Amino acid sequence: MTAERPPLPVPAPKITTTNAAFWEATARGEFTLQRCAACDLVIWFPRRTCPQCWTEGIESFAASGRGTVYSFTVVRKGSGAYKDAAPFVVAYVELSEGPRVLTNIVGCDPADVTVGMAVEVEWHDTGEGNAVYRFRPAAG
Amino acid sequence: MSIRGAAYVAGIYEHPRREIPDRTIWEIHAEVALGALADAGLTLADVDGVFCDGTSGFGTMTLCDHLGIRPRYVDNTETGGSSYLAHVGHAAAAIAAGKCSVALVTLAGKPRSGGSGVSFAAGPESSFESLWGISGAPHTYALAARRHMHEFGTTAEQLAEIKVAASIHAQHNPHAFLPHAVTVEDVVNSPMVADPLHRLDCCVVTDGGGALVVVSPEIARALGRTNAKVLGHGEAIKSTDNGRIDLTYTGAVWSGPRAFEEAGVSHKDIRYASIYDSFTITVLQTIEDLGFCAKGEGGRFVSDGALVAPFGRLPFNTDGGGLCNNHPSNRGGITKVIEAVRQLRGEAHPAVQVPDCQVALAHGTGGSLGTRHGSVTLILGQEDA
Repeated sequence: MTAERPPLPVPAPKITTTNAAFWEATARGEFTLQRCAACDLVIWFPRRTCPQCWTEGIESFAASGRGTVYSFTVVRKGSGAYKDAAPFVVAYVELSEGPRVLTNIVGCDPADVTVGMAVEVEWHDTGEGNAVYRFRPAAG
Repeated sequence: MSIRGAAYVAGIYEHPRREIPDRTIWEIHAEVALGALADAGLTLADVDGVFCDGTSGFGTMTLCDHLGIRPRYVDNTETGGSSYLAHVGHAAAAIAAGKCSVALVTLAGKPRSGGSGVSFAAGPESSFESLWGISGAPHTYALAARRHMHEFGTTAEQLAEIKVAASIHAQHNPHAFLPHAVTVEDVVNSPMVADPLHRLDCCVVTDGGGALVVVSPEIARALGRTNAKVLGHGEAIKSTDNGRIDLTYTGAVWSGPRAFEEAGVSHKDIRYASIYDSFTITVLQTIEDLGFCAKGEGGRFVSDGALVAPFGRLPFNTDGGGLCNNHPSNRGGITKVIEAVRQLRGEAHPAVQVPDCQVALAHGTGGSLGTRHGSVTLILGQEDA
């Protein structure tokens, strides 16, 4: 767990029967993705039925945790748990495996974030048996 | 089956107030319903079809109980701010099928004085989208704006031109929430909300509502009013596409062609366009996606006064739009239809009335360009269009 400045709140995800396996893996520091056994589609977000061929043979695998910034914004006024967190970065990160996921970019000045920047996952413990994924500039 | 000519918008009403702490949303629904029916020359006793969104209670069920009416056709289609354009298309189809003949569409909400009051059950995406501090529409629309800038070189100044055009129009609307003209500098110097969107790139937050009355051709003729003929309608859902979301286009790429095909008109026939304007980027992407210019050319298209009525290439949102006039219930769909009908009737403010406005387009975008949204395009025309 890497501290950042200022630390962002770490809200716990709401667990459902569909997403429980994903969030359980986060406790091990694993970003899991699903793949359809029938058509090979990498799936995001988790589901029981492939959104391409509509079969139910879904497998999970550990993803690389690496990607690039597809788009981002700097939120200037937060609310709720993020009331005092601004400015902070909300972004779509395009994972190496294909999916674009919403997340925060941490570990750098918001002004230094750029589209296309290489990033890697960083886990923030929720204190409830799982962790949320955020991304920081990739090492090297 | 086509709905071309199968129905007419015969009554419109926009609530004149922008902050309404002294009414419930159901009172506002009733007030705008009566207003639109009076405009059409009809009463609640004539209504046999009821259409409203899914933001409150049981929608049509609650509304019919409140109003004391017993329609034979109801529709709670919920596609966010574009719902009301979908309702017009659905009403026209229902009328064409003989399911109803006088359809009432209403919207009411109080985000300014009473909080949004809208809360939907969490979807399957919720645990993957709700953790990051995204607490308002600007945060995800900003992602779309940033990506459009990255791919096409769109600038903050070009986006600002859209607000400027809306504000020029709003000066002539005595009910407009922001009735003063602003400059490009005003927009780009206003406080940043979520980069690259400034405060003035955003629509207003207002209480209020509006209503439409959609009727069969027989009833339209009997009313003797100048009515807007429904020529075409198209709708589409654009989703996050299994994590492959492309933030540079909207569902208008699908809803637009469907509406144009049904209407049997081309872009050069469109004299006026109500374009959903939750944010400046919403307008820019929609103009491209509807085909008024090529993808990526929106910034250049809006930069030379193209949107300014009455003589721009594509006069838009002559009431001041959601950007300056009104965005009741955080939803700009019904006002888009209302101003298009005013233009077709020749009842827009004289300073912004488009001469000889025979065919108009209205487009709605509900939800978020940054995640999932419902796009609906309507094409309306004068009687002989």
